[in-house]
Amino acid sequence: QEKEELIEEWQPEPLVPSVPKDHPALNYNIVSGPPTHIITVNGKECINFASFNFLGLLNNEKVKSAAQASLKKYGVGTCGPRGFYGTFDVHLELEERLAKFMRTEEAIIYSYGFATIASAIPAYSKRGDIVFVDEAACFAIQKGLQASRSNIKLFKHNDMADLERLLKEQETEDQKNPRKARVTRRFIVVEGLYMNTGDICPLPELIKLKYKYKVRIFLEESLSFGVLGEHGRGITEHFGINIDDIDLISANMENSLASIGGFCCGRSFIIDHQRLSGQGYCFSASLPPLLAAAAIEALNIMEDNPDIFQTLRTKCEWIHKALQGISGLKVVGESFSPALHLQLEESCGSRENDVKLLKRVVDYCMNSGIALTQARYLEKEEKCLPPPSIRVVITVEQTEQELDKAASLLKEAAQSVLN
Amino acid sequence: INHIVHNGGLYKRPFNEAFEETPMLVAVLTYVGYGVLTLFGYLRDFMRQWKIEKCQNATEREEQKDFVPLYQDFENFYNRNLYMRIRDSWNRPICSVPGAKVDMMERVSHDYNWTFTYTGRVIKDIINMGSYNYLGFAQKTGACQEAAAKVLSQYGAGVCSTRQEMGNLDKHEELEKLVARFLGVESAMAYGMGFATNSMNIPALVGKGCLILSDELNHASLVLGARLSGATIRIFKHNNMQSLEKLLKDAIVHGQPRTRRPWKKILILVEGIYSMEGSIVRLPEVIALKKKYKSYLYLDEAHSIGALGPSGRGVVEYFGLNPEDVDVMMGTFTKSFGAAGGYIGGKKELIDYLRTYSHSAAYATSMSPPVVEQIITSVKCIMGEDGTTIGRARVQQLAENTRYFRRRLKEMGFIIYGNEDSPVVPLMLYMPAKIGAFGREMLKRNIGVVVVGFPATPIIESRARFCLSAAHTKEMLDTALKEINEVGDLLQLKYSRRRLVPLLDRPFDETTYEETED
Repeated sequence: QEKEELIEEWQPEPLVPSVPKDHPALNYNIVSGPPTHIITVNGKECINFASFNFLGLLNNEKVKSAAQASLKKYGVGTCGPRGFYGTFDVHLELEERLAKFMRTEEAIIYSYGFATIASAIPAYSKRGDIVFVDEAACFAIQKGLQASRSNIKLFKHNDMADLERLLKEQETEDQKNPRKARVTRRFIVVEGLYMNTGDICPLPELIKLKYKYKVRIFLEESLSFGVLGEHGRGITEHFGINIDDIDLISANMENSLASIGGFCCGRSFIIDHQRLSGQGYCFSASLPPLLAAAAIEALNIMEDNPDIFQTLRTKCEWIHKALQGISGLKVVGESFSPALHLQLEESCGSRENDVKLLKRVVDYCMNSGIALTQARYLEKEEKCLPPPSIRVVITVEQTEQELDKAASLLKEAAQSVLN
Repeated sequence: INHIVHNGGLYKRPFNEAFEETPMLVAVLTYVGYGVLTLFGYLRDFMRQWKIEKCQNATEREEQKDFVPLYQDFENFYNRNLYMRIRDSWNRPICSVPGAKVDMMERVSHDYNWTFTYTGRVIKDIINMGSYNYLGFAQKTGACQEAAAKVLSQYGAGVCSTRQEMGNLDKHEELEKLVARFLGVESAMAYGMGFATNSMNIPALVGKGCLILSDELNHASLVLGARLSGATIRIFKHNNMQSLEKLLKDAIVHGQPRTRRPWKKILILVEGIYSMEGSIVRLPEVIALKKKYKSYLYLDEAHSIGALGPSGRGVVEYFGLNPEDVDVMMGTFTKSFGAAGGYIGGKKELIDYLRTYSHSAAYATSMSPPVVEQIITSVKCIMGEDGTTIGRARVQQLAENTRYFRRRLKEMGFIIYGNEDSPVVPLMLYMPAKIGAFGREMLKRNIGVVVVGFPATPIIESRARFCLSAAHTKEMLDTALKEINEVGDLLQLKYSRRRLVPLLDRPFDETTYEETED
């Protein structure tokens, strides 16, 4: 009887709390038509400074015709995971091409960029292992770490001294318990170009630390693949490091390659393991063949035109210089990084107000023909929430006039809104 | 029988599900088989370690030999010694549309499956009983493909931005309105990957202090999503309503384990059709329980949307229930719609909340436009809005194919699991050697099947799984059945001792639950 009463009395919370109508993330910008260089946002035509279309391949005719040919041959979907008749010859070809391009032994493809690193980390790092992660790691890495149930140790962003301190602490721990130390795997997870801050990671020092303390390195190259390096091979080419020194390179194909999905590459010893234990690989449908064909064609273009990388870098330097000296906004990011942030020099107290202020700057620019966006985060879920900022993305298709126009418009907007 | 009478008018149609018990002799022989394989495995490992036999595994770099080993030897024991022997049954590469007939690239192995080489020949017109192509929308010609081609030339293949930033195209808005109308709910939201839909949205809905009641045989994506959310997880026996009710009662009466405070929310995770068993969830009973104990229901219709119900609207329509009773209706577009991605449908507050707080909306790239167009066209076709009756005809064809195929297999004497109406048909093999043999024999006869063993299934219950499609004609099914009959006689697979009389339910038993706190 008592039980019946308890069941009657219990009231659960509502399934979801209600969201206020003017929440900044609720009202999406509606893009009509293709999100290419000239983009129509909410009815207005603007120049696109917000999509990660670094090499301008989204609208490329060769890429589109390769995808069309694949569509005529295979249809749209693959109707199955890789293990059950979902492996197409295009997937195998794309994996071979990626491995050859990055000069590694093997590559593996995932059908979703977020799932790539979020499935790769838990395949190797289990409960009891130790992972040293940079504070500014992106959300996908954080979810991968959470799924792996390992011990996470955060070190300050790009601070090698802090990382060395943590590694030394771990070494003294190991000496107390050598048996356990012999089976505890250690990893360092870093990004080539950080999405949240636009900085580059100091890879040569990391390699030295790797051999000194015997830790493996996982490198996430979503923003640096197709951007850094003489031929676009990423941060390893940029610093001239032997690619075998990095245990696993993971990147998504959604930025430079203008397709969907992601890949991991490295030695067969490491990559082959993911074919049976990568959750996003085994339990999910494979990448639609038209997107794989688009990626192969994009790779062809990258290999045939190695000078676009230098062009992109020049443009980034140009705008980096042009945006200096805007009153009220500071530029965050390396001079050759194509994805910059503009943060407020002084915060006006609360994050909400900062976001509102930046929204007014963005709206001013959109009304005058430059499409920008704020960097979106899930405020309650991030481990180290970056400050609110405007994301500025440089692509090869933007001309110097357009870059100048954007810079001057931002100056105007900052003047009128922030003063 | 006792369940149906007890629950009176909840079921408007007979619910025939059967899981025949494993014959004792077969179980013993299966264990013996695995024992022999394990012994040989130890022997081979020993020989490899002492360099008597060549080790063909990839190995660590010379410079990194003194690092902590990346894989434990024992973890890979199964991989090296059992999986390698029958590895050619999986990852078979195809080079045509995954429709009712498919072309496969021929591959041979000269070193017992350690490496494969492609001969360059293509095996044509294999009857495809493995792809999830329930309504036959995997086509390279037709209205869907033409519409997708047009959108591809207009919009391009990728999007390069997230939903909340600059990736929300007008096509996405159109798709979401259409999906909401199709399901009969207020609002819907679509995502780029079905697996990620579960693993990224369950953490947004529940958190610490909430309780998740999940079915024993839930898919890896549901399990991952439940773990990432941080809520307490309790498992109830597969499709067993007594177990679920007991868990619900205990949860409300006793509250959270240490503090005894009441739970914030209770979420029940079930699937429409379970892909390994072929069983259908007892939805009327689950909804009755959900209402009685004031909990929330999350229904994963990955396999059942488009495949069940008189007009293809899924398991809710199959049972004649109201879609508003299910709080969160989730499904994927990969299986019945021939595209890729997933969706969640429900009340407007739920979807607004997900638009703001879902991990996928903030950090993951939005869906590719031609894929979106394929879904829009196929949904319109199923609903009949494109002016033809193709959709309706396909749904009916699938139902007929299912009933016919299952009946014939049962008549032949195989053990078939699952519900009579489910288009996923598991045929029991049990012994490890037969897993490889069945796959290879069927391929010799030009039929492609999927075989599954440990760890996707319990160790002695390995099976072959057939996925029926509306694109299969009766001739194709008859050819397939003839070959299955032959192979069944050859490999002695006809274990069933009960012919044509299905057991109605698993017997009622007092169940104990396991508590897993993460």
